[in-house]
Amino acid sequence: MLGPETLSSETALVAALRCGDEDAFSALVDAYGAAMHRVALTFVRSSAVADEVVQEAWLGALRGLDRFEGRSALKTWLLRIVANIARTHAVREARSVPFSSLELAREASEYEPALPVDRFQGPDERHPQRWVSFPIPWSTEPDSALLSAETRELIADTIAGLPDGQRIVISLRDVEGWDSAEVCSVLELTETNQRVLLHRARAKVRAALEGYLTTEAP
Amino acid sequence: MNTEFSCQEMIEVVTNYLDDALPRDEQQRFERHLSYCTGCNTYVDQIRETIRQTGMVPREESLPPALREEIVAQFRNWKRS
Repeated sequence: MLGPETLSSETALVAALRCGDEDAFSALVDAYGAAMHRVALTFVRSSAVADEVVQEAWLGALRGLDRFEGRSALKTWLLRIVANIARTHAVREARSVPFSSLELAREASEYEPALPVDRFQGPDERHPQRWVSFPIPWSTEPDSALLSAETRELIADTIAGLPDGQRIVISLRDVEGWDSAEVCSVLELTETNQRVLLHRARAKVRAALEGYLTTEAP
Repeated sequence: MNTEFSCQEMIEVVTNYLDDALPRDEQQRFERHLSYCTGCNTYVDQIRETIRQTGMVPREESLPPALREEIVAQFRNWKRS
């Protein structure tokens, strides 16, 4: 995690901001602005709205500087602000509440197996619940399709097509690299529901890769 | 009482396993199953690979310049207020 050096430089940065130091502010925007913009886009999809969200978030952060107590990293604090504002905008845009913790919990509560049941032997077969046939390992040779730009594009497209909860959770966890606690706190989800959404999202991305990588398997 | 995970159960708890969120006894059952099951080994490897590849999806690494300008201008206004 963060060492004392980062923490003290962040305290110094916050102090500089309070004094209106523009260089300090620009440095901060360059360090975290793009990540904030990406998070905003995860929620609202329209880039014009995402721009608005990010601007509003910076203003919110400046106004709330006195409330920043250094208990979390500055980055986490900023990302939480942007996610909260983005969520409010997304709700307003959709005129429904697709991002409420209630709605996400509902999405998590629907039953959905990670793989189609026919990948496993049925109750009357010889070995119930065992694989019908094993998944085919993917090649990780340097020339493998797995390592191509096309694969990344397939992953991005698959994520874009997921239901909201799954899309947001996998974007924050696996694309942005947040940990489980951060995602739960921003989305106001329980660890369990967060993990259910992540589980389904990963299973679908894996399935897309499987379809792509094993079509020409021997 | 069933003391071993089936393959079908394994693939439903893999995310909990990777997040270190399984109770200790289930974690041991998970690892025991992995020690002999080729299919589940492949599946878990593929989930790890999926996570790795997802982490390499290209991301926008800097703000659009016009937006950056607006944000900095906003800072100047805030400073004056």
